[in-house]
Amino acid sequence: MSSPATTAFRPTPRPAGDPPPSAPRLCTPRRHTAGRRPRRSVLLTVLTGLVLLYALVPLLWLAVSATKTQEGLAGSSGLWFGGDFALWDNISTTFTYNDGVFTRWLLNTLLYVGLGAGGATFLAVLGGYALAKFDFPGKRAVFAVVIGAVAVPGTALAVPTFLMFSGMGLTDTPWAVVIPSLISPFGLYLMWVFATEAIPTELMEAARIDGAGEVRTFFQVGLPLLAPGIVTVLLFTMVATWNNYFLPLIMLKDPDWFPLTLGLNSWNAQAATAGGEAVFNLVITGSLITVLPLIAAFLLLQKYWQSGLAAGSVKE
Amino acid sequence: MPMNTRRLLRGIGIVCALGLGATACGGSADGGSNSKRVSAQDIRAALKKGGTITVWAWEPTLKQVAADFQKEHPAVKVELVNAGTNKDQYTALQNAIAAKKGVPDVAQIEYYALGQYALTKGLTNLAPYGAGKLATAYSPGPWNAVKTGEEIYGLPMDSGPMALFYNKKVFDKHKVKVPATWDEYVEAARDLHKADPEVYITSDTGDAGATTSLLWQAGSRPYEVDGTKVRINLADEGATTYTDTWQQLLDEKLLAPVNPWTDEWYKGMGDGTIATLAVGAWMPANLASGVKSAAGDWRVAPLPQWTAGDKASAENGGSSLALPELGENEELAYAFTEYANAGKGVQTRLKGGAFPATTADLQSDAFQNTAFPYFGGQKANKIFAESAANVADDWSYLPYQVYANSVFNDTAGKAYVSDTPLSEGLKAWQDASAKYGTEQGFTVEK
Repeated sequence: MSSPATTAFRPTPRPAGDPPPSAPRLCTPRRHTAGRRPRRSVLLTVLTGLVLLYALVPLLWLAVSATKTQEGLAGSSGLWFGGDFALWDNISTTFTYNDGVFTRWLLNTLLYVGLGAGGATFLAVLGGYALAKFDFPGKRAVFAVVIGAVAVPGTALAVPTFLMFSGMGLTDTPWAVVIPSLISPFGLYLMWVFATEAIPTELMEAARIDGAGEVRTFFQVGLPLLAPGIVTVLLFTMVATWNNYFLPLIMLKDPDWFPLTLGLNSWNAQAATAGGEAVFNLVITGSLITVLPLIAAFLLLQKYWQSGLAAGSVKE
Repeated sequence: MPMNTRRLLRGIGIVCALGLGATACGGSADGGSNSKRVSAQDIRAALKKGGTITVWAWEPTLKQVAADFQKEHPAVKVELVNAGTNKDQYTALQNAIAAKKGVPDVAQIEYYALGQYALTKGLTNLAPYGAGKLATAYSPGPWNAVKTGEEIYGLPMDSGPMALFYNKKVFDKHKVKVPATWDEYVEAARDLHKADPEVYITSDTGDAGATTSLLWQAGSRPYEVDGTKVRINLADEGATTYTDTWQQLLDEKLLAPVNPWTDEWYKGMGDGTIATLAVGAWMPANLASGVKSAAGDWRVAPLPQWTAGDKASAENGGSSLALPELGENEELAYAFTEYANAGKGVQTRLKGGAFPATTADLQSDAFQNTAFPYFGGQKANKIFAESAANVADDWSYLPYQVYANSVFNDTAGKAYVSDTPLSEGLKAWQDASAKYGTEQGFTVEK
């Protein structure tokens, strides 16, 4: 497991004179160690540059291609602008094509992310906190189940889940997407590990001595300390739900309930059917619109995610 | 129908399906699910009473057809659902049938996949609804594809008699003659590629549908199906004719390694690097929307022949509307299917760019004299209609062709990426298909 969070919450004694916690922490070590290590390694710079290119070129392609018409896409190179600049036209067509179904898909996705990812995070926080801070019979069994669940890919469970939901009459309804999304074994595990480190038991004991009940201790003492972990889990579940393709694919048949992933794919598939209209320009523009909210979420949430942690603030 | 009878009939259907005993259960007019005759009066009454039917289809022109149908029968509501395209929809349909929930009343099923559902998953036999009287309305290829013996498992929606689409500008530029035989086609492939190494006669990365269509045209009949008995022979005379010719294209690397239906493929047809396509007659609509930039460059010619002077053709693609047995509202479902595929809906769909399966439309003056601006004003339908009339009707697919096609690239596809000869690739495909058939309880002969 190499999530950013697991390294971020390792308690590190902060040397005096360090910038406040809200500053990007990754900068500090370099400043301090600059004298000991060579400042730059050409090899590393080149390698990092390559990785950066690898990550950005598809995005560049997407952004550039979104400015082209269907004919322009076929007639020009993928990585630079063609003669025509059709971005605004593409965007408005994307939102109006097929009676504006794209807006509906966007709202559906927001619904699934809001209920699914939000709910999954909430449950993971509750569960992780409980597992980290309370002892109860069967805890080891829970641990085994959670670790096992992390190992089982969601795709493997999709068909049994489908049959189960079909038995309950829930397929082809938004619930069929929301309910399975509520479960995030990885999120639970992350919150569990995080809560173990981030909430000093002494702090909880202090709160109890001061007369706070368990609920109040959780909300007023635990929750604020868990914030960076919560944001991390929220980001993970959001990305997972936003990009979820296979689960909605087998659960939903009615295009009115499609998330963006399925909707865009159905537009893409049109090009491969007899009599279907090829709308690659709309698929590309739609994809660009689809990745923007995720980029925004990362940029907005990263400061919470990276911000200083209370872990280690109490001497144990 | 009282609930118990219904359940009983369904049970019989399932038993038939499990035993794969289409011959054991079907055919007899007094047993099984064939006992009930549905008269035109029953259907009219059902239309008056109304109800909702769910239709799974990806065919774009059905949208207008459904709207018109509802206008004509205000009590009926048609829920048109695009449950995915071909294989995606078949998976969804199989899931729904396995779960016995959410099965649509009408489903679009391509001809190559129809046998699979007819034999194993239970489609409603349309013969008791009087579908038999439509036999003369359809051209032989599609009609033969929807029936097994006396049973009719769907109504043909469109058809795909093959023709050669070619980029005239490219042929003119390099002064290459448009091929009339497949030998000339190989010649043309060499000439074009020599004149401009970027240009390929066509793209082919191994496509089961295209291969079976060309085998069909070459006179090969690889699949013989008699109830649960199946014979697979992908090495008969016709198949050898096909592999001998196609092997030359493979050996000399004259086929563009571009996957069909991708944007790269559309691009290749736009910029002239893919010079021809031998596909079904439904292609014009796709060219017009997907390759706008090459409007006026393309033309249609009859499909190249294996023997000079012949007029053999084959079907490529095409689909039917069928009624899954677990669907409800059979009368309404049949009424809609007939409206869309044999009634007024056909005209609506033709206007939307679909290619008909009905002979009256194929032979009508209006249809034959339609000038295609995309093809420089060419009256391409004349070529398509002639092709439709020349399709041999004795072809059949495997009862599990969807599976067979899904392993084409793992078996025959090797010929496209390695030194494996195409004939050996087809042999491997035959073996894989036979093995699966045996596992599914078919008696497979080779």
